[in-house]
Amino acid sequence: MLPETLPAEVAAASSVNLRARSRGVFSGRGGAWVISLSVLMSLLALLPIAFVIGVSVQTGWATLVTLVWRPRVGELLINTVLLVVLTIPLCIALGLALAWLTERTNLPGRRWWSLLATAPLAVPAFVHSYAWVSLVPPIHGLFAGVLVSVIAYFPFLYLPIAATLRRLDPAIEDVSESLGLKPWAVFFRVVLPQLRLAICGGALLVGLHLLAEYGLYAMIRFDTFTTAIFDQFKSTFNGPAANMLAGVLALCCLAMLTAESAARGTARYARVGSGSAREQRIVRLKLRTTLLALTLQGMTCVLALGVPLITLGKWLIDGGAQVWNLSELLPALEQTLMLGAAGALITTCAAIPIAWLSIRSPGPLQRVLESCNYITSALPGIVVALALVTLTIHFARPIYQTTITVLLAYLLMFLPRALVSLRAGIAQAPVELENMARSLGRSPGRALWLITLRLAAPGAAAGAALVFLAVSNELTATLLLAPNGTRTLATGFWAMTSEIDYAAAAPYALLMILLSLPLTGLLYHQSKRTAGR
Amino acid sequence: MNALELHSICKSYGSHRALENISLSVPTGSRTVIVGPSGSGKTTLLRMIAGFEFPDSGSLALNGQMLVDGTREVPAHQRLIGYVPQDGALFPHMTVAANIGFGLAAKGVAKQERVAELMDSVALDSSMANRWPHELSGGQQQRVALARALAQQPRLMLLDEPFSALDTGLRAAMRKLVARLLADAGVTTILVTHDQSEALSFADQLAVMRQGRLVQSGHPLDLYRYPADEQTALFLGDAVVMPARIEAGWAHCDLGRIPVNNHRNNRSAQIMLRPEQLQLISAPHGLEQQDGCRGVVTECDFGGNTCTLTVELQTLNADDRPGRSLLVRSSGMHAPPAGSEVHVSTIGHAHVLSEP
Repeated sequence: MLPETLPAEVAAASSVNLRARSRGVFSGRGGAWVISLSVLMSLLALLPIAFVIGVSVQTGWATLVTLVWRPRVGELLINTVLLVVLTIPLCIALGLALAWLTERTNLPGRRWWSLLATAPLAVPAFVHSYAWVSLVPPIHGLFAGVLVSVIAYFPFLYLPIAATLRRLDPAIEDVSESLGLKPWAVFFRVVLPQLRLAICGGALLVGLHLLAEYGLYAMIRFDTFTTAIFDQFKSTFNGPAANMLAGVLALCCLAMLTAESAARGTARYARVGSGSAREQRIVRLKLRTTLLALTLQGMTCVLALGVPLITLGKWLIDGGAQVWNLSELLPALEQTLMLGAAGALITTCAAIPIAWLSIRSPGPLQRVLESCNYITSALPGIVVALALVTLTIHFARPIYQTTITVLLAYLLMFLPRALVSLRAGIAQAPVELENMARSLGRSPGRALWLITLRLAAPGAAAGAALVFLAVSNELTATLLLAPNGTRTLATGFWAMTSEIDYAAAAPYALLMILLSLPLTGLLYHQSKRTAGR
Repeated sequence: MNALELHSICKSYGSHRALENISLSVPTGSRTVIVGPSGSGKTTLLRMIAGFEFPDSGSLALNGQMLVDGTREVPAHQRLIGYVPQDGALFPHMTVAANIGFGLAAKGVAKQERVAELMDSVALDSSMANRWPHELSGGQQQRVALARALAQQPRLMLLDEPFSALDTGLRAAMRKLVARLLADAGVTTILVTHDQSEALSFADQLAVMRQGRLVQSGHPLDLYRYPADEQTALFLGDAVVMPARIEAGWAHCDLGRIPVNNHRNNRSAQIMLRPEQLQLISAPHGLEQQDGCRGVVTECDFGGNTCTLTVELQTLNADDRPGRSLLVRSSGMHAPPAGSEVHVSTIGHAHVLSEP
């Protein structure tokens, strides 16, 4: 989920593998299988993009222009752009401030604050806005959109920035100070530039969520492309208007990807030289600064965790026992778990060939294959869902509105989450170790089983868990694709809030948060481990 | 008898030719060292012998069994060849005992006893058996890796720069331990390194590789004294190389008249001397000697037991060009200080390098 929190392991592994070019498992038929499976997966991943292009061609230039060139699209574009340009800088500022305070100062209870800054991720974005709407019913529009987005998404910046701050070489700061830089200058000229990758990666993640999120903005009546596409789809099922909006949205996402890779630059930000790094130095805060910092941390906590928890608590108490409608809740929980488990299994298995290639025989082909998957996962769930609706209606009627299509959507959307973890896992098992086992008399299959799979298992499990939790909170694609009678916790919650039955929605929200807590713990743990602690 | 026979091995990666026509025989029970700068193809060759890579053409036989030729490729796990890589490559999810026992067919008590025996042979304390690889020092990891490779009683042992990650003192000690252990076990060994002093001290047979080619192989002393070309000469140690005219077994050069090991007359040859073949005598002005020539010490690089001096020769002809500079080894205690005048004479033969 956060590719930038894992570079250390990946880098270490790739250096090993550059040295060890091996035919090993790739000799003969085995290699051909792995490669053709990866190619197949990547072609599948290109379906949504092919859909956008195909529909555009089919619609024809004239209709396309009239559909795209109208005031409504301009309005949505302005809304979306404003949302992005206001939310991302605020998230960066908040994430940076909190990360610096928890990592580089003697703020009282900084370990706890650090956990609390990660915790908002356990609350699905649309539950955040549900909490705000029920606390302040008139809240709506751009202000509300920005407020709830910052609260829901700032941990995506906090996590990588904190991890990088922990990992920076303190010697560089010592050197810059000895060259005559004041502490503030050290921060802005030396520390901040080294955070560039973390900030770019986090900002991209936040940006893609802003473009893709449906529930959050629908609840507070703020129109973005995604909400408009959804409404359009509901009113004129499978109409060209919705498809064209999806095309514009896809272009926005691709533009964001390009902007991020341009901002990333080509500079290296690695610790140069060997030897063990010293401890980071800690800034001692004065009393007044401490109070100010505690206020910031406390405020963030109250807004990001207090509001949802208080609202939920209020609805649960008000609703009493009768909101726990077990005959509906339990099937929803069961279906969520089933879909989550199936999605995690399928996605992890599908990621194996690509992850394998990217570690064991990196090259141009493998990079192309991998980027196909990343591009698709950057597309909003609604675009993927529209693509699958259209394609299944026209070309695969039997699987239209079946669980297979839902799982296919999950596969396309969440493959990179499994891929990143799995890749780190396989990287734990450099090909050298497998070679060692073979030279000690184990057949290639046995060596794979005893060494590589054994060492990659934790990474695969982490990837599967990430996919599982992503599936269990997924709303947009599930709403569009799920067969009649399928109700997950997220769609159940959505149905209740659509009927303005906020009390009945509360148990669904609570279950989702409880299911998401392990995800948050996992991410927190992962970012600590990357820093070597 | 030869244990390993390599015949015309070639291997390319795309347009890059990693190995070109390599042929080498490794006698049974010997220690062969393949030495060369990084990128010379020596590790590729070693991995090919282990069975991790396969040649594009050529053949490879061990104890008379053909491992690779045009028609067959015996996979690594059927070769019974031990391999110790640079970083040890211990299995991180297994204890020391499990790592060492990995290649053993025995089970239960017999296995435990064999593991204990192997640990003892590489001087590892038995209390280490239950430790994890990350709890060991670099030297200990290497010893576990060695014991693991010895466990299956390999027909051939391959060592890929196994000492390069260790610090200087430990490196020499490990080298001795490994040499003795392998000699006791009677295992034919091939070691790959880029460190020439390690190569010279470990080898019975030395093979020098450069740019994918096997440049020269033979006894280490022979290669040191009689290298095929200047590059090999300089790779194996410091050398004094200068132009000379060869006539009837004598070289005429800036150092005067030196006997050579080659009787072919040649007007423009290159000769090579090792710095320890040059001898300095303090020569106050006025004292004349027959052989050799005079010079001035311009630099003195004190290195403890030996001292490397730079000596500028006095030109015999009258023009103002500065004379040739030579490196000369001298014992650290009695080295003449910089600025002193010396007389340079030579010991033994000079070696005539082949034409480039």
